[in-house]
Amino acid sequence: MANEMNIGNSARKAWMGLMASAPEGAMMALWDAVDDRPKFDWLRAPEVGGVMVRGRMAGTGAPFNVGEMTVTRCSLVLKDGTVGHGYVQGRSKPKAEAAALIDALMQTEAADRVQRDVLSPLADQVAQAKTKRAAKAAATKVEFFTMVRGED
Amino acid sequence: MYVAVKGGERAIENAHAWLAEERRGDTSVAELSIAQIREQLSLAVNRVMAEGSLFDPDLAALAIKQSRGDLIEAIFLIRAYRTTLPRFGASLPVETGDMACDRRISATFKDAPGGQVLGPTFDYTHRLLDFKLAAEGEVAPAAEGTPREEATPHITEFLQGEDVIQREPVGEAVPGDLTREPMEFPADRALRLQSLTRGDEGFILGMAYSTQRGYARNHAFVGELRIGKVAVEMEIPELGFAIEIGELELTECETVNQFQGSKTEPPQFTRGYGLVFGQSERKSIAMALVDRALRWEELGEDNLGAVAQDEEFVLSHSDNIQATGFLEHIKLPHYVDFQSELELVRKLRREAEERTAGYQEAAE
Repeated sequence: MANEMNIGNSARKAWMGLMASAPEGAMMALWDAVDDRPKFDWLRAPEVGGVMVRGRMAGTGAPFNVGEMTVTRCSLVLKDGTVGHGYVQGRSKPKAEAAALIDALMQTEAADRVQRDVLSPLADQVAQAKTKRAAKAAATKVEFFTMVRGED
Repeated sequence: MYVAVKGGERAIENAHAWLAEERRGDTSVAELSIAQIREQLSLAVNRVMAEGSLFDPDLAALAIKQSRGDLIEAIFLIRAYRTTLPRFGASLPVETGDMACDRRISATFKDAPGGQVLGPTFDYTHRLLDFKLAAEGEVAPAAEGTPREEATPHITEFLQGEDVIQREPVGEAVPGDLTREPMEFPADRALRLQSLTRGDEGFILGMAYSTQRGYARNHAFVGELRIGKVAVEMEIPELGFAIEIGELELTECETVNQFQGSKTEPPQFTRGYGLVFGQSERKSIAMALVDRALRWEELGEDNLGAVAQDEEFVLSHSDNIQATGFLEHIKLPHYVDFQSELELVRKLRREAEERTAGYQEAAE
């Protein structure tokens, strides 16, 4: 049972994390193509706030405060009682709402459909963008070579 | 006595209307969009985020537009906005070792695992004006190589293996937050770092440069400089576990400093640390140098009386919003203060003149 919970949590952590930093345009385009939106009630209407970001001294030591970032969050409940939470970077209330609805739907039998139509394509787009950046960085890696003088 | 003066309302209103017109400039020239500023003036956006102490590129771009490109004014706008935000909490410490590096260089290890990755740098450009940019044109796509799959390790890890570099104290103590409690001295290193990362780039640069020129000399190498994106995670009480709440671009600099040993520490390399929002390379190197200079006491070094060793001096003067607020307030009406000063000077002069006249009479 505990094990099942952990697997559930790690899957939920993955989809919430994906939506938190995914580009809003890409996510909303996929979400807007999904029809039959469920009805819901707000538990907490979308609100914009700040989160203090911490770093570690020398990258590995004790924590210190670096500065804040904007985050928008909300919570809602579907008619069947499923609760969804949205936490997204930035100040977009529509994106937070979509994230909370998707989080709720992923706990219902609509999960496969939402995974297929929204989350998987979104994850692919995000991964592609990351790979592209890493590829550009790789092209700027210095290849040292040593000049050899004289004859052997 | 405090005397309220009224009558400036119309002049102020008209001044602000003119400001709006001047901000827009020549209307035959296309207006800048927030997206254009965010994408094409991204290093200005980064500076406003770092010193405004709020990571939100769209807001920083808006602030730059509103302030007509006056970055300190833009930082002021961001700081003011920041205070209106409810605080949801604090993140877990970001793991810069997992950074997706756009750039990663070391001045100390040529063959560091992960390599020397230059990234989109101004280094090695000739600093000649490029007149091609004055004309619109397509940009050729950047070359692509084989992307690195694994995380890039921190370079100081290698020195740590040999035990020739000072070990960083570890711990999970909740760090002080200068946005919640006013700074007090002596400040601990966590507060110093928070203060330095949001400090004015020019000021921190000047302080860092002073250490290089010999004031509190602590010969520094850039052990590692990395720029890239890291995930930010936060514990969510309603979930009972941590999730990623976003992704930030950060610049991290770790310096390796010569150290002969002191009364309390063996000869070894010591470290300075810089971590700044955005691609902010100059700032993060400068921050690391100043951080190192401020650590003299914990390392058992002598206080050489250099300004960069004086935390009260450095930290009390590094905040450009505090500084500009106090500096610029002297241009605002001080009519009554000045009236009393004027009276005083007149009185002192009168007395001095009478004294002089008295001496002359006595002499005659």
